[in-house]
Amino acid sequence: MIPALALAVGVVLGLLVQPSVPVALQPYLPIAVVAALDAVFGGVRALLDGIFDDRVFVVSFVSNALVAAVMVFAGDQLGVGGQLSTAVIVVLGIRIFGNLAAIRRHLFRA
Amino acid sequence: MTAARELRGLRPTRSTLLVGLLAGILGFALVVQVRSRQETDVFPATRQEDLIRILDDLNAREDRLRQDVDLLERTRDDLTGEVGQEAAALAEAQRRADVLGILAGTLAAEGPGLRLTIEDPAGSVTAEVLLDAIQELRDAGAEAMMLNDVRIVASSYVIRAGRGVSVDGVPISAPYRFVVVGEARTLAEAMDIPGGVIDVVNSLADARVVVDPRPRVVVDALRAVQTPVYARPSEPG
Repeated sequence: MIPALALAVGVVLGLLVQPSVPVALQPYLPIAVVAALDAVFGGVRALLDGIFDDRVFVVSFVSNALVAAVMVFAGDQLGVGGQLSTAVIVVLGIRIFGNLAAIRRHLFRA
Repeated sequence: MTAARELRGLRPTRSTLLVGLLAGILGFALVVQVRSRQETDVFPATRQEDLIRILDDLNAREDRLRQDVDLLERTRDDLTGEVGQEAAALAEAQRRADVLGILAGTLAAEGPGLRLTIEDPAGSVTAEVLLDAIQELRDAGAEAMMLNDVRIVASSYVIRAGRGVSVDGVPISAPYRFVVVGEARTLAEAMDIPGGVIDVVNSLADARVVVDPRPRVVVDALRAVQTPVYARPSEPG
C-alpha cells in the first residue's frame, strides 16, 4: 500500500519538477532504473510467496541499482560500456521475466 | 494475520518507510529518465564509442561531399568562364551595334536635348535655312536628330520641292519641327548666336523660331539599313 502510494507520489513529483538528468549520470540512470524495477518485481514475488522482508528488499534494491550502474561505469572505463550495458539489461530482463512469471502463477494459478 | 498486516500498513515501521522511499525514488527516476529521453536529443545519452563511430561516418561523408563540391565548383568555374567571355563579347558587340545604330539612324534614340520649331505660314523658309539649322545643330554636338519624322543622318539632304521642301526625298511642310538629342544648353546657345538660325529665321517674313530645351526627348524616326553595294571593310593595317 505505502510503496504503491510512494511510487505514484514519485511519478507525480517527477512530472511536476521536470529535472534534467546530469550529463555524468545519463548513461547510468536507465540501467539503475531497470535494476530497481527488477528489485521491485522480486519484492512483489517475495510478498506473494510470503517471504517478503523489508531489509532484504532495501538491500537488494540499493545494491541492484548500484551494481548495475557500477558495471556500466566499469565497462565504459574498459571500453566495452555498450556491450556490458547490453549484458546487464539482458540479465535484468531475464530476471524480470522470471519474477513476472512467478507473480503470474501466484495471481492466476497458471 | 490480516489485522496484523493492516496494523503494519497503518502504523508504518522505519523499514516500511524505507521501502516506500525507494519506491518513490524509483517512480521519480523512471519518469525523469523517460522525460529526458523524450526531450533531449539522442547524442547526450550516446556513449563514447558510438559517438566516435557516428563522427567517423560523418567525417567520411563530409569527405565525399567535399569532393563533390570541388568537382561541381570546377565545372561551374569552367562554365561561367566560357559564359563570361561570351557575355563580354556579346555586350561589346551590342554596344557597338547601338552606337552605329544611332549614327546610322536605324535605332531610336533618347536623352536630353531640345525641340526646335520653325513656324512659317508664309512659306519664306527655304531649304538652305533648314540645311543651315541642321549643320548648326551638328556643330553644337547633336547626336541624333529628326525633322518632321524624318531621321537626319550623315547622308541626309534638303532640297526645294514645289512650295515646300523635301528631306531625303520625303516632302515636308511648315511648321518644321526638329527633335534633337544632345547637350540641351549648348544646342540652344548655338541656335542663338548672331547670324545663327534664330537670327536668320526671324529676319524672314512671318517666320518664327521656338527653342524648347528638355531633359528628355525621343528621336524615334528610323531609317532603313542600307547595305553598301561596293564598299567593303578594308583589312586593318
